[in-house]
Amino acid sequence: MTTDSGPALVVSNMDVSYKVRGQDRRALKNVSFTVARGESYGLVGESGSGKSTVALALVRYLPRNGRVSAGTVSINGQDPLGMGKAELRELRAKTISMVYQEPGRALNPSLRVGEQIAEVFEIAGEKSDEATASAENMLRKVQISDPGRVMRRYPYELSGGMAQRVVIAMALAVSPSLLILDEPTTALDATVEAEVLDLVAALRQEFDTSVLFISHNLAVIAKMCDRVGVLYAGELVEEGPARQVFDDPRHPYTVGLLRCIPRRGQRKDRDRLDTIPGFLPGPGHNLAGCVFAPRCALARDRCRTEPPPFFDVGDLRTARCFFHEQAPDLPRATPASAAALATDGIGGPLVKIEKLSKTFPGGVQALAGVDLTVHRGETLGLVGESGSGKTTLARTLLGLTSADQGSVLTLDGKQLSADARRRPRDVLRALQIVFQNPDSALNRRHTVRSLISRPLSRLAGLSGTGLRDRLAELISSVRLEERHLALRPGQLSGGLKQRVAIARAFGARPDVVVCDEPTSALDVSVQAAILNLLADLQQQEHATYLFISHDLGLVRYLSDRIVVLYLGRVMEVGPAEVVFTGPHHPYTEALFSAVPSLDGQRPDRIKLEGEIPSAANPPSGCVFHTRCPRKLSTGVCESTEPPLLEGEPGHLIRCHIPLTELRTIQLSESVPSQGSSH
Amino acid sequence: MTDIAGNAAPLEPGGPLGTLGPAGDMVTVATPVTAVPRSAWRLLLRRPTFIIGAVIIVFWVFCAIFGHAIAPYNPLEQQLLFNNTGPSSAHWFGTDTLGRDVLSRVLVGARDILVVTPLATILGTILGTALGLAMGYLGGPFDLVVGRFVEAVLALPAVIIAFLFIVALGPSTTTLIVVIGLIFTPLIARTVRAAVLTERNLDYLSSARLLGERPLRIMFREILPNVMPAILVEFTVRLGYAVFAVATLSFLGFGVQPPTPDWGSDIAADYSGLLAGYWWQVLFPALAIASLVTAVNLITDSIEQVLNS
Repeated sequence: MTTDSGPALVVSNMDVSYKVRGQDRRALKNVSFTVARGESYGLVGESGSGKSTVALALVRYLPRNGRVSAGTVSINGQDPLGMGKAELRELRAKTISMVYQEPGRALNPSLRVGEQIAEVFEIAGEKSDEATASAENMLRKVQISDPGRVMRRYPYELSGGMAQRVVIAMALAVSPSLLILDEPTTALDATVEAEVLDLVAALRQEFDTSVLFISHNLAVIAKMCDRVGVLYAGELVEEGPARQVFDDPRHPYTVGLLRCIPRRGQRKDRDRLDTIPGFLPGPGHNLAGCVFAPRCALARDRCRTEPPPFFDVGDLRTARCFFHEQAPDLPRATPASAAALATDGIGGPLVKIEKLSKTFPGGVQALAGVDLTVHRGETLGLVGESGSGKTTLARTLLGLTSADQGSVLTLDGKQLSADARRRPRDVLRALQIVFQNPDSALNRRHTVRSLISRPLSRLAGLSGTGLRDRLAELISSVRLEERHLALRPGQLSGGLKQRVAIARAFGARPDVVVCDEPTSALDVSVQAAILNLLADLQQQEHATYLFISHDLGLVRYLSDRIVVLYLGRVMEVGPAEVVFTGPHHPYTEALFSAVPSLDGQRPDRIKLEGEIPSAANPPSGCVFHTRCPRKLSTGVCESTEPPLLEGEPGHLIRCHIPLTELRTIQLSESVPSQGSSH
Repeated sequence: MTDIAGNAAPLEPGGPLGTLGPAGDMVTVATPVTAVPRSAWRLLLRRPTFIIGAVIIVFWVFCAIFGHAIAPYNPLEQQLLFNNTGPSSAHWFGTDTLGRDVLSRVLVGARDILVVTPLATILGTILGTALGLAMGYLGGPFDLVVGRFVEAVLALPAVIIAFLFIVALGPSTTTLIVVIGLIFTPLIARTVRAAVLTERNLDYLSSARLLGERPLRIMFREILPNVMPAILVEFTVRLGYAVFAVATLSFLGFGVQPPTPDWGSDIAADYSGLLAGYWWQVLFPALAIASLVTAVNLITDSIEQVLNS
């Protein structure tokens, strides 16, 4: 640390461009911001906004074709842009640290964790044995309970959360004056994310480090940052204290972005999400006026010809918009109310899952005796951490993974074969899926036309004009255009690709569509449009959804009923509102507590310690007892697995604590409130 | 700690993954790594190594087709009075022990090697691809059994296997093609299998199964186009080896039979002349083989780099 008392980071008028095919394409334009000493500054933006470019430019890690073409940077009073190799190395070693999204890729896979951390101290000038001691000490600071053991491990032996702690330990080892966190928790589960965020907050206090926090997740930024800058198409469009910016945004883009996120109390059958029309201008765009003007409902002629300066909008806030006073009243891009109400909605049981178990080789029991009923026309939300069995449940239902002997799956009363290859065509037609990642789900060598047509000819038995008519109908209902048909997935944006995947799933008019994290690979503004589309299609096609998501806000928005899975067991199932408002299973409670909310007011309630146990060797009794904050002292939780009991009609909980008692405990603490993230 | 960089894709240069891909309407730049981009040809034509390799190959193909027309002498014509003469203005590459013009024999001798080499490689690639697709996609016992068999074949020296077949079938051009093709099959199968394994976990195969697609269609219509780049690279690599294999077998007398001009058999016929100082009889056919192998490898490298860029 230096004794310099100026700001930790000053970026002024920075432009960054990438040279692509001999042409400079500007990725950042005129970006200025300051991170004060001890401050946590958030940069928020969608894909392509240039937020990671900022981080790379600051430490001179831009790829070979990128350069800072204008502006200045000052880190702790030093200018990294003008530094020689030796100075730069010194700066990176002592003053500035970075933590990236994928901890697994930040650690050297062939070195033991201890050696890697010790190396940092050795570079800082410590002797080998001192460095080892310092490394162990550092691991203790990032709340790793058995540092000695972790030191001897290789990175692949660590879970994601643990690995990210190790990376944070390495980053803080040198007591940097600026810590750059680039999407540090995006790859982690909500419960682990909450722990890592708490850790970062605590360490920031302890080390008095200034933080530049980069994320696409507005709620995470709201939780972690004092001030926030909103980045759009390479320009900062709004800046100010995080609380004010999120509560009362003054730039139409920020306003639009916040409206894309389902809030507490919004439901698919009542409220449509707002979207941001149009697309992000490509890098190297040449817009004369405001970068957001082409997508902005408030834009007037002036916006298209003259770049707006930063306007002071009070409370230390600035917004780059001529009409910042009208921004809160930005007209909606989509009508506020849902088109038609599904009153005929939910019917009788359609899918029945009984005693569904799946044991993978090696004794990993991904599902252990799951009983579930899915009703015709409903959306059943499936939540749980990774490793809880959500995806395995979906895959066994679809027949992509064979369930264990004794499991019974029925569709409309008819028993289903465990293997999709042995299912008749009509059953295949009835059960379809929208995968998480369209890049993986769509064959990149096929055209959109052949991708969407195949289920029509194969499962719906269409050909000739029948096929052409249905194809045209499908692409218009997923809002693709005729010209997209000749393209291949690689030529489409993420949102368009997911529309193709949705069109394919709906092509043969399935009864049940499994949506496995269908929007988690997408940006917030794209996600809203896809969620609206899924809600519309459900109305139109009377489809039943099995909706899997780690984002509880989305699940709440879309689901009629919710199932909470933990280690392959149903811990709670019930109507969405009941599950959310409680009383809930302690695990459900912990999941909800872990989600950072945009309002930021909610006090931390209960926290989960540690990580999900191995499914190969699940805990005795109630599988959740090892992490349960409400474990009974009688020992019954360790010895006996509680039954799944119906507390209220349709609401079942697997817990030894009686429902009435859960209600008393949970109400006596704080009132739950879920605004959500992502 | 800042040395832990390197996992953030830059905004523009085509990182297909992560949160940083351009989110524009039509993404014009980002192309998945393994797909053959439409502009691949243009990128190839910009590489000098590719151009040099292509020019050499085009030259030898031209010789293979029009060798008799451009050769200054009849390659079979023996001028015993002028045997073993060194390079001169009349005989640029000199003459051999029977007084035949070495230049003419080199030019005309391109024919067989240029027919056998690609055909053998194509045969091996087709068989290897089919086998590799089946091993990779079907997996399980099939992969296990065939995999062990493939390994067993790979453990035997290729030349021994070749001898075995040629002795059994009798030396001919067709035999050469079949033998080399069969020797390459397990090698190519192994590469294709590895490429298929990286595809096997992708969801588009699950989608295909949910459409009730047959395994053959899944292998050839869904997976094959996606592993084509790997197959293309493997093909060009094998082509280089095939040139050597054909020349070696000819040298050993299992290929083209005298008096038909052929680089390998000509070296075999005349290498004893080296002791007497008749270096040109061996050097020029050897250079011809070397130039062809080099050209193929230059092209291989270019294709590999373009596909990986």
